[in-house]
Amino acid sequence: MTGPALSAILSHWRRQPGQFLTMILGLALATALWTGVQAINAEARASYDRAAGALGGGTVDVFLRDGVGFQDADFVALRRAGWRVSPVIEGWIAAERGRVRLIGLDPLTAPPGTEAAAIAIGDPSDFLTGSGQILAAPATVDRLGTVPLDAVSARGLAPGFAFADIGIAQRLLDRPGEIDRMLIHPDQPMGLPDPAEIVPGITREEPQTAADLARLTDSFHLNLTAFGFLSFAVGLFIVNGAVGLAFEQRRVVFRTLRTLGLPVSTLIALLLAELLAIALVAGILGVGLGYLIAAALLPDVAATLRGLYGANVEGTLSISPLWWAAGLLIAFLGTAIAATGTLWKVARLPLLAPARPRAWARASMAALRWQLAASGLLAVLAVGAGFLGTGLIGGFALLGALLLAAALALPGLLSGALALGAHFAKRPLAQWFWADTGQQLPGLSLALMALLLALAANIGVGTMVSSFRLTFLGWLDQRLAAELYVTVESPAQAAALLEWADGRATALPNWQTDTVIAGAPGEVLTAADHATYRDHWPLLDALPDAWDAVASGTAAMVNEQLARREGLRPGDMVDLPGGPVTLAGIYSDYGNPKGQVLIAPDAFAGRFPDAPRQSFGLRVAPGEVAAIRESLATEIGLSPQRILEQGEIKRVSRQVFEQTFTVTGALNTLTLSVAGFAILTSLLTLANMRLPGLAPVWALGLTRAQLARIELVRAMLLALLTAIVALPVGLILAWVLLAVINVEAFGWKLPMYLFPGQWAALGGAAMGAALLAGLWPARRLARRPAADLIKVFAHER
Amino acid sequence: MNARILTVLLLAWPGSALAQGFAGLGQDPGGFSLPAPDPVFQFPEDHGPHPDFRIEWWYLTANLEGADGKTYGAQWTLFRNALAPEDGTGWDTPQIWMGHAGLTTETEHYSTERFARGGIGTAGVTAEPFNAFIDDWAMAGPSLSEVTLTARGSDFAYRLEAKADGPFVPQGAAGYSVKSPEGQASYYYSQPFYTVSGALTLPEGEVSVTGTAWLDREWSSQPLSGDQIGWDWFALNFPDGEKMMAFRLRHEAAPDYINGTWIAADGTPEPIPPGKIAMRPEATTYVEGGGDVPTSWALSLPERGLDITVAAINPRAWMDTAIAYWEGPVRVAGSHPGIGYLEMTGYE
Repeated sequence: MTGPALSAILSHWRRQPGQFLTMILGLALATALWTGVQAINAEARASYDRAAGALGGGTVDVFLRDGVGFQDADFVALRRAGWRVSPVIEGWIAAERGRVRLIGLDPLTAPPGTEAAAIAIGDPSDFLTGSGQILAAPATVDRLGTVPLDAVSARGLAPGFAFADIGIAQRLLDRPGEIDRMLIHPDQPMGLPDPAEIVPGITREEPQTAADLARLTDSFHLNLTAFGFLSFAVGLFIVNGAVGLAFEQRRVVFRTLRTLGLPVSTLIALLLAELLAIALVAGILGVGLGYLIAAALLPDVAATLRGLYGANVEGTLSISPLWWAAGLLIAFLGTAIAATGTLWKVARLPLLAPARPRAWARASMAALRWQLAASGLLAVLAVGAGFLGTGLIGGFALLGALLLAAALALPGLLSGALALGAHFAKRPLAQWFWADTGQQLPGLSLALMALLLALAANIGVGTMVSSFRLTFLGWLDQRLAAELYVTVESPAQAAALLEWADGRATALPNWQTDTVIAGAPGEVLTAADHATYRDHWPLLDALPDAWDAVASGTAAMVNEQLARREGLRPGDMVDLPGGPVTLAGIYSDYGNPKGQVLIAPDAFAGRFPDAPRQSFGLRVAPGEVAAIRESLATEIGLSPQRILEQGEIKRVSRQVFEQTFTVTGALNTLTLSVAGFAILTSLLTLANMRLPGLAPVWALGLTRAQLARIELVRAMLLALLTAIVALPVGLILAWVLLAVINVEAFGWKLPMYLFPGQWAALGGAAMGAALLAGLWPARRLARRPAADLIKVFAHER
Repeated sequence: MNARILTVLLLAWPGSALAQGFAGLGQDPGGFSLPAPDPVFQFPEDHGPHPDFRIEWWYLTANLEGADGKTYGAQWTLFRNALAPEDGTGWDTPQIWMGHAGLTTETEHYSTERFARGGIGTAGVTAEPFNAFIDDWAMAGPSLSEVTLTARGSDFAYRLEAKADGPFVPQGAAGYSVKSPEGQASYYYSQPFYTVSGALTLPEGEVSVTGTAWLDREWSSQPLSGDQIGWDWFALNFPDGEKMMAFRLRHEAAPDYINGTWIAADGTPEPIPPGKIAMRPEATTYVEGGGDVPTSWALSLPERGLDITVAAINPRAWMDTAIAYWEGPVRVAGSHPGIGYLEMTGYE
C-alpha cells in the first residue's frame, strides 16, 4: 500500500500549491543566500589577493636589496646560478587623467598564482615584444587613456594598477635596467648556491604587504562567513514553518493511513523521501540562485558569466562541483533541521487520539514559559562562552547561543509587550486589537523570529562592515598623513631637500628599519615633533604629554600588537638596540603582524646609524601639491618616480576595498526581503484559520475594510516591536564579531562605531517589509465575500 | 610560466587566429623564412640559432646504463620560439626560449622546464665554442661534438659528458625533411654517435652512468600542415652500429604520413621513402594528464628485413610540462634488437 499511501500524502500539495511553493522557495532562498555569500567571499578574496599581489608580490617570497634595488644583470646572474626568480619593477606613470601605478613584470618567469596568470588572458606576443602593451582593469584603462601606450582592458586585474612587460615598464618609468624586487618561485631546483654570494646585500622577505592586507581582509571574510550562516538560519525558519504547517494539516491523513495499517516506519520513510526530493529541487534552485545573486552583486558580471558557463578563468566566479555539493548539502541539512521535530511528532502520533486539525504550533502558556527558560539557559551559556571560551570555537559558540536565545525569547517578550498594551487599552476595539494580536502571536512567532535574526544580522554586520571601513580609512590616514612622500637618492640630496623645504613645506623624516624588539622581528619608525602625529595617530593608552616625551628622545610609542604580546603598559621600559626607553603610549596599528616602535628622528639616527635616512613626508598646503612636485623635480632634481602623492595611494587602496562594501549592503537588503517573505507566508496561512475569530467582530459592525486596516497596523506593530528587540541583539552581535572573534582570530580588536541612522533605516525597512507582506492578506480580507464570514457561524462546531 | 600563457603564446602567432596542428606548429609562416630543398649546411654556423625561422630545437636524448645495473634515459632540450623574425636586444627581443629536461628510471620519470628571453642573457646558443644554455642548464663544450650536459629540477639533476665519434647526419633529402604530402618541411640533421658518461642525481642518491646519445637539430617556420594533430618519433640504435630514425605524423582526416632515414654504421644516411615503414601501436598505457598513450609498437621495413617490437622501458615517461608529451627510452626486440628513444605528441 506504499503507492496509495504516497499518493495520499502528496495529494496535500495538489490542494495547497501555495504552501508547496513557500517551502521550495524558502529553502531555495536560504541556500541561495548561503551560496551567494560564499561565492562573493571567494571572489572578494581573489580580488584582494590580486591587489596584494600587485602591491607586494602576492603569495611568494621576494628578494630585495635595501636602498639600491637590482639591475638586470643581477637577475641574469641569479637565473644563471639556478635560482628561479622573476623581476618586478613598479612606479607611477603620468596618464591622461591622473597618475597610475605601473607594475612591470616578466610573464615568462613569473611564479604561478601571481599577476602573470591574469596577464595570460591577453595576447602575450603583443605584451612581450617591444611594440608594447599595457593591461589594466577596465576602469583603470579609462584613466590611462591613450597615454603613453595603447592600454588594453583585461578583466581579473586589480583596479588601480596597470601592468606591462618589464622592459616596457623600465622604459616608461625611465629606469632602464632597474629591478625593484624579484619574486621567488616556490619550486626551486636542488643544490642552489647562497644568493648573497651572487648578489651581495640581497635579502629574502616574506610577502610583507600581502600579509598585512591578508590580516585585515581575513577578519572581514570571517565575518562575512558568519553573515552567510545567519542568512541561512533566517531561511531555515521559513522552511521550519512551512514543513510544520504541512504536517499539522496532514495529521488527519497520517492518522487515517496509520489506522488503515501503514507501519509507522513506512510512513516516516515516505515523508523522508518527500523531504529529500524537496531538498534536492530547492537545493539546485538555491545554488543557481546564489550564483545569480553573486553575479548581480559583483561588479564584473561578464567574468561571472564565464564562470556560469564553465570556463575556468582564474579570478572569476566559477561553479565547481564542490560548490554544488556544498550548496546541496546545506539544503539537505537545513531540511533535516527544520523537519526533525515534526517527524518526531509523526513517529509518536497517538493512533486513536481525535484528529482535530489544530492551528499549527498554537503555543500554550506552558510552551512560552519553556521557550523563555531555554532562552535564559542559552543566554547564560552565551555569557559563559564569552568569558570562559577560548579560540574561535568559543566565539562562534557565543554567537550561536546568543542568537538562539534572542530568537526563543522573542515570543515571550512580544507577548509581554502586548499584555502591557492591553493593560492600557480602554476602548473595546483597542482591547480586542491587543488581545487578538496576542492570539496570533504563536502563529507568527516563527516568521517574527526570522525577522529578528535578519534584523540583528543586518545591524550586526552593518555595524561591523562600517566600523571596518572607518578603521581601514583611519589606518590609511594615520599612515599617510603627509601630502607627499619622497625618497631621495643620496644623503647629499637629503640635505638639499631639507634646505629647499625650509619655509616652503614641513619635511618629516619618515625613516624605518627592521630590528629585533623584545626577541622577535619588529620595526622601528620615526615620528617628528609635529602636529601630524599628535593629530592623526590614535593612542589607545598614553602617559600625559606622551608626544613631548617621544620628542625629547627618552620615550617611545609601541603598537597595540607589541603591547598585547609583551603585556606592556605606558610607563614600562622597552628594550631597543642602544638601550631601553620609556613607553609613553600605545597606538592602534591594524593589519600589521609585527611589533612596531615609534621614536624621534634624532634618537633613530643615534641608535641606527647605518639605517638609510632618505625618506621624508612633506606637509604642504593642499592647493600647492602640484607646484611643489614641479619644484621638487626642477630644483632638487628628484625624478617623478621618487615622489608619491598621498591622494593617489589612498585612492588606489580605497578602490580595492569599496567594491566589497557595496556588496554587503545589497546582501543586507536580500536578507531582509527573505524575512519579509516569511511574514507574508505566515500571514497567508493564518488568514484562513482566523476567519472564526474575525467573523464575530465583523458581525458586531466593523467593516471588512476596517478589519483589513487593523490587520496591516498589527503586522507593522509586530515588526516594529521585533526591530526594537533586534537592536540590542544586533549590537551585541557586532560587538562579538569585532571584539571577540577578531581578537581570537587575529590578535587585535577593531573599534566599534555606532550608526543610529542605519538603525532607523532598518526599523523603517522592517515595517515596510511587514506592510508589503500584510497587504495581500489584508486585501483578500477586505474583498472577502460576506457569505464566507456568515458561513463561520453556520459551520461553527 | 603557466600552461595557458604558453598555449596562447603558441596559438596567437601573428597572422593566425586559429589553433592549427599540434602546439600551433601548422600555422602560416607570416614573415618568417621557409626551408628550401637541397640545403647545404655550414658547420659550425648552423649549430647556432636561425632567428629568421619561427621554431628551432637542440634535442638530445641519451640511453644510459647505471653502475647499479639499471637502465636510465635522459633528455636535454632547448627550444627557440620566435614571436617575430628578428633578433632584438634586451627585454624587447621576440626570441622566446624554452628548456625541457627529463630523467627516466625503470619506475619513475622526472621532468621540469624553464622559460627565458634571449636578449637579456638567460638563454641562447653560440655555435663556436658551442654553448646552448637556459638559466643554469647547459649543453656546452669546445664543439657540438664534445659537450657537457647539465640540468636540474627540484627532485633530480644530471651531468653528462657526451663525445661524438661519427659525422653529423642530414635527415630527409640532404637535410630537407618533408613533413606532409602538402610539402611542409624543416631543416633537420642529427648527431647519433655520442658516447656518454656522467652522473645522475636522484632522490635516492647519485648514480654513475655510461651510454649513448642522439642529438636532433631542426628548424623551420611551418613544420606541420594544419590537420596534423601529433607525431610519433623513433630514434633506434641497432647492435651492429646501424641506426634508424622514423616518424609518423598523424592527420586528423587523412592517412598518416610516415617517413624515416636508415643510417649506416659509418653515418651514411639513406632516406626511406614515405609509406615504406609500417608502424602499429600494440599496447597503450594510461598516463595521468596524457590519456591513453601507445607504449608498445610493431615496426617493419621489409626491404631491410626489419621486423621489430619497440617497448617503453618506463611506460609513464610523461613530460608534465606546459606543452606536455611522452618522451622516454625504449627497448627494441625482434629482427634488430637494440635500444632507442621514443617521442609521442598530441595524445592528451
